Amino acid sequence: MEKGFNWMAGGPQGSGVDTAANIFGRACGYGGLYVYGRREYHSNIKGLHSYFHLRVSSNEVSANVNDVDMLAAFDAETVVRHISEIVPNGGIIVDQNQLDTKILEIPTLPIEFKSIFQEFMKENGIGTRLADLLEYVRNKGIHVFEVPYMELLKQIASKLNIRELNKITRMINVLTIGISFGLLGYDIGLVEKAIKDIFGEKPKIVEMNLLALEVAYDYAKNNFSKDFSYRLPERVVKEERIFLSGNQAVAIGKILGGCRVQTYYPITPAADESEYIEAHEVLSTKIPGVEVGVVVIQTEDEIAAINMALGAALAGARASTSTSGPGFSLMVEGLSWAGNNEVPVVITYYQRGAPSTGLPTRHGQDDLRFAVHAGHGEFPRIVLASGDIRECFYDAVNAFNYAERFQLPVIHLIDKALANSSQTFPVFDISSIKIHRGEILDEKMLDGIEYKRFAFTDSGVSPRVLLGTKNGVHWYTGDEHNEYGHISEEPHNRTKMMEKRMKKLEAVNREVPITEKINFFGEPNAKNMIVSWGSTKGAIVEALNELSREGYSVGFLQVRMVHPLPREYIKETLEKAERVIDIEMNYSGQLGGIITEKTGVLMDFQIVKYNGRPMTTTEVYNALKLVLDGRAPKRQVLTYGT
Amino acid sequence: MALRWQDFKSDVFVDWCPGCGNYGILLALQMALAELALEPHRVVLVSGIGCSGKTPHFVKVNGVHTLHGRTLPFAQGIKIANPDLEVIAIGGDGDGLGIGMGHFVNAGRRNVDMTYLIHDNGVYGLTKGQASPTLKLGLKVKAIPKPNINEAVNPLIVALAAGYTFVARSYAYDTKHLKEIIKQAIQHKGLALVDILQPCPTYNDITTKEWYAGEDRIDPKTGKPVPRLYKLEDVGYDPVVHDLSEDFSKKLAAMEKAREWGDKIPIGVFYKNELIPTFQERITQRIPFYMKNPPAKQKICDDAGSPITDVDVLFKELKVT
Ligand SMILES: Cc1ncc(C[n+]2csc(CCOP(=O)(O)OP(=O)(O)O)c2C)c(N)n1
Ligand code: SF4
Ligand SMILES: [Mg+2]
Repeated sequence: MEKGFNWMAGGPQGSGVDTAANIFGRACGYGGLYVYGRREYHSNIKGLHSYFHLRVSSNEVSANVNDVDMLAAFDAETVVRHISEIVPNGGIIVDQNQLDTKILEIPTLPIEFKSIFQEFMKENGIGTRLADLLEYVRNKGIHVFEVPYMELLKQIASKLNIRELNKITRMINVLTIGISFGLLGYDIGLVEKAIKDIFGEKPKIVEMNLLALEVAYDYAKNNFSKDFSYRLPERVVKEERIFLSGNQAVAIGKILGGCRVQTYYPITPAADESEYIEAHEVLSTKIPGVEVGVVVIQTEDEIAAINMALGAALAGARASTSTSGPGFSLMVEGLSWAGNNEVPVVITYYQRGAPSTGLPTRHGQDDLRFAVHAGHGEFPRIVLASGDIRECFYDAVNAFNYAERFQLPVIHLIDKALANSSQTFPVFDISSIKIHRGEILDEKMLDGIEYKRFAFTDSGVSPRVLLGTKNGVHWYTGDEHNEYGHISEEPHNRTKMMEKRMKKLEAVNREVPITEKINFFGEPNAKNMIVSWGSTKGAIVEALNELSREGYSVGFLQVRMVHPLPREYIKETLEKAERVIDIEMNYSGQLGGIITEKTGVLMDFQIVKYNGRPMTTTEVYNALKLVLDGRAPKRQVLTYGT
Repeated sequence: MALRWQDFKSDVFVDWCPGCGNYGILLALQMALAELALEPHRVVLVSGIGCSGKTPHFVKVNGVHTLHGRTLPFAQGIKIANPDLEVIAIGGDGDGLGIGMGHFVNAGRRNVDMTYLIHDNGVYGLTKGQASPTLKLGLKVKAIPKPNINEAVNPLIVALAAGYTFVARSYAYDTKHLKEIIKQAIQHKGLALVDILQPCPTYNDITTKEWYAGEDRIDPKTGKPVPRLYKLEDVGYDPVVHDLSEDFSKKLAAMEKAREWGDKIPIGVFYKNELIPTFQERITQRIPFYMKNPPAKQKICDDAGSPITDVDVLFKELKVT
């Protein structure tokens, strides 16, 4: 497996870990390299540990591996937390002034962590100080690059005539970048470009950071030039590439797809999407002189968010709201209203570790069943689950198309690992994207006819009229209603209305091509079939490619439309297999359960993870290999991650 | 031809209890729509759940009968998406001031240009007579087993504090007055609240039609009842904020008036301020063409279905090669 180069930056929250990763990722991107980067942070604003794990390769990468080739530690805690992930021959960049830090006295290390780490120190005879730990790993072949952060900062300060050192301690992040790229012998010009692009509007900051970069880069060259042999395979590419997060991909997809009202109540990891849209609320179009705008409304709660979006949708705007588990819980009554009233609305649902507030900033795919079942009563809905950042973009457009064509709520499931990871892609091809608004009657079509909003039709879909259309006065109600949208409790009407609504799911089954519902990888008639959904895709596809190269017969069915489930296709594919392996980021294997329920096919093996950290290629590979070699228990629980 | 209120009657049977104050509200609303000559397709009545929530079905304009307490979010969403619509939100006192109180307050902060009518009957009608948030402490209406243990909220005072720019009260059985107030509320630029005192003969045996009419207090001189309700316009009260500098004092005066209850109950316009920018105006500050080309009317694709929004600028910001 091509692991690429794995760089990790870590430090207290608020110390610029994100910025460092952004600079590093962009600089690699400029050098024609592909990057996948995952962001991990506590539900905290300042002080607790956060890190960014970046994988760089000359090929597209879409997941992390377990390894860290170079750790840029802003503080002592980062060293302690991630020391076991560093490969032999890898490097640690560490602050010389921190060497005497007593490991077990680092105040931000939680007791659960300390008790395990203490055990490890005892077992390996490691002393109490950071220096002792570093000595231990040095003996294992890891390069330790001790850098006097403070002295370098002082040098920078004096060159810039800055008296107060605290004004520039924020630049520790750029110092470690300078050291990293110095060690890698990477083209400093590309890093300078990244800094200029990121801080472009603040010339003073650009100047300070460029100087810090240069000082650190030279320091590494002069002091450690021979110690680290890894080189990034930088090259010139003609192709246009972008580096973006899942939040951004969804936002751009929505904007392109015609979303014109977006409501939200702040929640991690969803809010970044709405803020991105708001920052780009006015856009030009391909029609000269015509501009469009997205109204983004921060509501008082998620109840208002969903219901305001429903109102906007009834008026005719493509409308959506974004949230995560706690917010979606509050939206459920509105969802049911949307189902009953056949409202095209999109709910972008960013899962995170649950139940309750759970792991607010960590990863999980715990809410599949909730998304599929939420709401009182039975009503049609579509649940889409994107597998990577690119799919987030296309599915954001598809979600609106389905919502309007079939007149139902669409829940677009994303998760924290997609939302907050960033990845390099060739710029998305939008040439084949189409917008389908479904059947909408205008004033002329309505002339002389008696309009019934919920007219019974063969497909179950009744032509829509937007509020405000002449000749098209109509009604909605959350009560059961007749064709006019007036309250009706008549049993005969009720039966017909239920059937009319539910019939739309058959239309979805019939009309949406399988290529938009399922992605298949590997051998079509493989003996071993993996099923999964969501962000596990990257790690699974990479592991599968490796296993296929080794001669194993493996296929992977990635379910992208979870509801209504493409039952026939899944059943046919899985029934032929000798082993069905369910891989999911939750405790119970929720998709596996749904598949069994709908197809009768049992999951032979389960590989699950629920520690709040996404699956890596390495651990998926290892777990699958055990299954394929006939050495695995029925259920494996993965635990990698810090 | 001039519109008549009958033109706004739908075919749906009105299923309120005989003598319910809602009949007066329905009629006043239909008369107001007719007198303002609003085209039915341009009007949207949005309601919550309760006896009051059924109102839209009885009126021949667009109707959106939503969820309990959620009339305001729906109504704001509709108006924001298409500001050309005349949006009138309707709800019960439980709907708007109990389960929907969060929206009630926050709507004031936005000042979306629309109207909000509260059917204030002191009870939860449709669930058979429990205490609503406007029922006074210690009162025991017919169907509740024990006297009310909660203080009442005053919708007018809350609205004034929250930022509503038109705050009025009227009475379900004074259809002429109510109709005029509804017309003013619709014409007001900004969010307009009309708190409508609405007798519920089935469950509220305290603030009844007879009580409002003062039938329990006969003037010995005339031998006639002394009505409790009086009109602010009859006592020379000026609700209008002419200059922002007098805004706070006008609000205080309105609150002072709104506290009157018992023997003398004012109805009419308590406060009116058109100097506060509406939500529409605030959006226009950011999206200059918003009123001309609002979200619901924007073209999003060409005739072949290809999206027209130019996202190249967004990709450009993210470009690495
Ligand atoms: C979420 C929810 N909770 C409870 C109810 C039951 N419910 C229906 S109407 C109503 C109260 C209605 O009172 P009010 O809003 O004052 O309207 P009125 O009937 O008095 O006009 C309640 C609690 C509901 N429909 N939805
Ligand atoms: S219960 Fe009261 S409010 Fe409801 S219809 Fe009857 S009288 Fe009117
Ligand atoms: Mg009531």
